[in-house]
Amino acid sequence: MGVKLLLEKANVPGIRTYDVYRREGGYVAAEKALKEMSIEAIVEEVKKSGLRGRGGAGFPAGMKWSFIAKPEGVPRHLVCNADESEPGTFKDRYLMEFLPHLLIEGLLISSYALGSNDTYIYIRGEYAWVAQILEDAIVEATKNGWLGKNILGTGFDCMIHVHRGAGAYICGEETALIESLEGKRGNPRIKPPFPAIQGLWMRPTVVNNVETLAAVVPIIKMGGEEYAKIGVGRSTGTKLISACGNINKPGVYEIDMTISVEDFIYSDEYCGGIAGGKKLKACIPGGSSVPILPANLLLKTAKGETRYMNYESLSDGGFATGSMMGSGGFIVLDEDQCIVKNTLTLARFYRHESCGQCSPCREGTGWMEKILQKIELGKGEMSDIDLLWDIQRKIEGNTICPLGDAAAWPVAAAIRHFRDEFEWHINNRALSQTSNFGLQHYADPIHVPA
Amino acid sequence: MSLQFNNEQMTEFKRLIAHYPEGKQKSALLPVLHLAQDSFGGWLPTEAMDYVAGLLQIEPIEVYEVATFYSMYNLKPVGKFVFEVCQTGPCMISGSENIIAYIQKQLAIQPGETTKDGMFTLKLVECLGACGYAPMMQVGKIYREHLTKDKVDAIIAEYRMQIVAQN
Repeated sequence: MGVKLLLEKANVPGIRTYDVYRREGGYVAAEKALKEMSIEAIVEEVKKSGLRGRGGAGFPAGMKWSFIAKPEGVPRHLVCNADESEPGTFKDRYLMEFLPHLLIEGLLISSYALGSNDTYIYIRGEYAWVAQILEDAIVEATKNGWLGKNILGTGFDCMIHVHRGAGAYICGEETALIESLEGKRGNPRIKPPFPAIQGLWMRPTVVNNVETLAAVVPIIKMGGEEYAKIGVGRSTGTKLISACGNINKPGVYEIDMTISVEDFIYSDEYCGGIAGGKKLKACIPGGSSVPILPANLLLKTAKGETRYMNYESLSDGGFATGSMMGSGGFIVLDEDQCIVKNTLTLARFYRHESCGQCSPCREGTGWMEKILQKIELGKGEMSDIDLLWDIQRKIEGNTICPLGDAAAWPVAAAIRHFRDEFEWHINNRALSQTSNFGLQHYADPIHVPA
Repeated sequence: MSLQFNNEQMTEFKRLIAHYPEGKQKSALLPVLHLAQDSFGGWLPTEAMDYVAGLLQIEPIEVYEVATFYSMYNLKPVGKFVFEVCQTGPCMISGSENIIAYIQKQLAIQPGETTKDGMFTLKLVECLGACGYAPMMQVGKIYREHLTKDKVDAIIAEYRMQIVAQN
């Protein structure tokens, strides 16, 4: 069993309630932070921990906190990004649903460190029942003196507000989230100015993911240095992985980032192997926007080394032969899955979710979907593959926010690693919907040049 | 007919706007539109959006542009129960297509349509963050997960019973 810092108590009956959470050692970290530590010391511990943003970008959390502007007389805000909508990702939902007080404790400590008296949780609108769980937990925490005025006699006031979104993937991007929180369309803002200078209502704002903020609790409890000892290299601490697709045990797992991808997929403690005894064909290891990898490149790097479930190892080889840790949305595809069709559903997703501000993304996502549809329906031409490649290249890097990149990468990686499957669809038009290209050579061992 | 929140809904409205600072009441727009949709029959006619604009003291266009941006707001009437079935990658590789086809057959409607009796609407949606419990759909405020044909039958029967019990 690996180390568990976040989900250790997830299975304790009644842990969702304040009383049980408190009895199990809850709010001890908050007490320590507010009573015994200075604001600078808290930020220092988070920096020392090496905690990286768990939403997908992996930016060091302590550094993000240190950017916040502190102009005299201007309120500052912490916003918790609970707009979890990257396909394959459902870890924040799990954390909020089963351990709402862990998030609230993390939010309290972080709000104190950042000087946020009004902290917002922006939760995706569809998680309506989870929003209710959080509201209930906030009432309990307030009743017990952890939120409200003059918390623990420190003179610090803090209230946490739950704000429900209304169905827009783009609101997971921090400036779109802020726009949405201001009651507008979720159109990302041009940066700079960064939210740390001008964010919510043009006030200094830090936006952090749910899991990032929950991780502040164990960091304060054990100290940043101890936290940093877990994991490997710059992948410190634990990471929640939401595993789905064609595996025996889909679910949310906490890993310490020293486990190999192979063990994660095949061990009974985690995914439990491929469902139905089938073979592994491919995997999208970090949420739908990160590059898909064929089985051989997933389990071993291009150099033939074991690939591990951490930031560095998953991205080993760059986009040519590697992928990314991303949000931890781990999507497994078995030998029966069609890469063209899978890519088509993702292209449709990004076309649907493009906010429409930037033409490369607004138009390009639609074109990619149409071309993929054509290939999938057996009407594709060989030149369509190059056209797809050309379009994705013209979207990437040419938009205000990273949604354009997120839409381009899955298409690029599918063509890069599975070009012969696209060609098969074009050469076997009649078969493209009824039959399957199958596994072919994707699981073959990689030839390592001497 | 003039749309208006009743007393209970008005109390909820006041609770929602209290989350934001003085003068920033526009921030409550998304939550207030959820309340309006829940209060006025599951969708947002222009009248409802104008009413919300008045309550928040903003221009109607500020409400329209938001209501048309977010996928959870219905701008056309819908059935009593809206089946929002996820069709994105992880659900697709877990068999969502079969479930969608089965619902279409059982309810005799196409995606986007409502049954003649006004009971059910079928909507195809993008990822709802339940990939580990696929295939799945959202009905109202809850998720129905690990769907099978039998489960779909049971769910349809359950909602029909609810209506019978109400009448």
